[in-house]
Amino acid sequence: MYQIAKEKLPELFRKITQTQELYLPVETCGQVNYAPWSEDANVDLDTLKTVKSAKDAFFPQSENLYTCYRDGKKISITPQALQEQPFVVFGMKACDLRGVEVLDKVFLADPVDTFYEARRDHGTIVAMACHEPEDSCFCNVFGIDCAEPKADVAIWTAGEILYWKAQSEKGEALTDLVKDLLAEAADGEEKVEAEKARIHKTVEALPYMQLSLDGWGKDVLEEKFHSPLWEKLYRPCLACGTCTFVCPTCQCYDIKDYDTGHGIQRYRCWDSCMYSDFTMMAHGNNRTSQMQRFRQRFMHKLVYFPANNDGMFSCTGCGRCVEKCPQSLNIVKVIKAFAAQGGKTNE
Amino acid sequence: MQELIRRAKELLADGTVARVLGWKAGDMPWNPEPAFFENEEELKEFVYDGFCGANLSKMMIEASKLDGKTLVCLKPCDTYSFNQLLSEHRVDREKAYIIGVGCKGKLDIEKIRSMGIRGIRNVEGASLEDAADTLKFETSSGEKTCAYADAMLGRCHVCKGKEHKIYDERIGESKDTKDQERFAEVERIEAMSPQERFAYFQSELSKCIRCNACRNVCPACSCRKCVFDSNKFDSSQKANVDSFEEKMFHIIRAFHVAGRCTDCGECSRVCPQGIPLHLFNRKFIKDIDELYGTYQAGEAVVERSPLTSYTFEDAEPGIVAERG
Repeated sequence: MYQIAKEKLPELFRKITQTQELYLPVETCGQVNYAPWSEDANVDLDTLKTVKSAKDAFFPQSENLYTCYRDGKKISITPQALQEQPFVVFGMKACDLRGVEVLDKVFLADPVDTFYEARRDHGTIVAMACHEPEDSCFCNVFGIDCAEPKADVAIWTAGEILYWKAQSEKGEALTDLVKDLLAEAADGEEKVEAEKARIHKTVEALPYMQLSLDGWGKDVLEEKFHSPLWEKLYRPCLACGTCTFVCPTCQCYDIKDYDTGHGIQRYRCWDSCMYSDFTMMAHGNNRTSQMQRFRQRFMHKLVYFPANNDGMFSCTGCGRCVEKCPQSLNIVKVIKAFAAQGGKTNE
Repeated sequence: MQELIRRAKELLADGTVARVLGWKAGDMPWNPEPAFFENEEELKEFVYDGFCGANLSKMMIEASKLDGKTLVCLKPCDTYSFNQLLSEHRVDREKAYIIGVGCKGKLDIEKIRSMGIRGIRNVEGASLEDAADTLKFETSSGEKTCAYADAMLGRCHVCKGKEHKIYDERIGESKDTKDQERFAEVERIEAMSPQERFAYFQSELSKCIRCNACRNVCPACSCRKCVFDSNKFDSSQKANVDSFEEKMFHIIRAFHVAGRCTDCGECSRVCPQGIPLHLFNRKFIKDIDELYGTYQAGEAVVERSPLTSYTFEDAEPGIVAERG
């Protein structure tokens, strides 16, 4: 266990960026999102939740796949280079880490997504224990301990000191790189245990942490799919993509061509099951109403994904959708609505 | 609120309306959601307070296609949107029973959170009947207070007034919450150099995640199919990576709603990245006022508006060059 004073963080960031890129929460025009570090970046490690999750670091919202260039009768194709340089993502939380686990299940399963794989191979994650979990958090429901982030390096905050613990080979390597700036923490274990206990106490008092997932999972497809509740629940949905784009686990994307005038740029970008052209195919669209699109999102997270991944839910309880939905709809309300119907309450 | 519920029950019972469009209590004091109510039992969940910011007029497009009338609760500013939708033949007046509900300004939970008020368990002072100008919060870390005005949505500081522009009946008192000049923000941006202005919008719009919330909530954006949803649109409109595309989306949208935008402020309320999108629209409103005379979209149901009519006195396109 090592320690570093908060005021020394700029030095740490400078040191890391001498050899690799560093992504961390940066405030721009009042909002905090993951962005590359620079000397004048307004780093904000106090805001618990970035607007978008850290998903972009491994699965960017938009990325090129290849470029075609047409010259007379000749067409040349240039594939997009894979990530080859190491990089660090600093400041992720335990729920964000689960998000990456979910993405791994999708993109590292056969056939492997090489773009994603290259980023996972080259990325080192430094995660922070959640100093102040908030009302919209419900990670506990999915068995996530926000006081114990299982990343390459884990960090705990106690006053003006950060405690640093390498937890993997990548983490050890990063620790070696910045060792000059770290000091051995003699009282580290003790301080970290105290911080964890404090966090656990905070978690106990949060309103969504005891939410029950009874009635969800891989075996309830028919019953949930045909429930008349969806017709009520979807009504105020704006069909915007906010929930899907702030979500750390939503992994659907679209592949499109951009006409450059001399060829095309084939790119992929996040898609949203809330959008009317989602899953549009030559024969048309198999989801024709907003109710079906709305249902899809929650069924995917709470039924289909667990059915295909040994019971793992593809929600991490990060609560971003809870805070950001323009109409105040969210997965917590959906879970509660079904519980109320099933006779079990979540109040 | 009780009077509103009583009246809604009455109108449902006597068959005047088939359903009620209002707000349903959330699982937290600050997250009610728009909802339809079809019977007395469902109305138990009805709520109307400072957190009911959503403008329900656009939901009347869908409700106009249903059988029977829909009782819709509209705040003074929402009635402008409803009138505009009527002018554009997007809603059916015969299918709406409008209750003009009072408003004393709507609250912005993000502002409340940014004041350090978190862990909210109960709120006092948010109801319309409560005349107090202070909000009292019972939070997990004790009692906290803030001035009602400090927690209001930006749009309420430039409130268009207490008057409902269309209604069948009215319930509840309204308060004029205007304490800022409507065009002050626009003037501040107009005063910037072109480079500064470009940099300002560049950094604001760089936050855009292309979630389309601004478009989908906008009562003026009522096309059945948006050009940006077309799969034949030969651009990278679905990606957010290219700064040109981001600007194109927002600028096209601003042009498209120019002259029809009532300045309801929903675009800025719903933006997950806090982009002040209303500024684009408000700039157009200011320009229209200056070039064609003061005009407020949605003030009344109209056949022709400044941008959809022609007179010999109209500004020539060359005005762009003259104004710089």
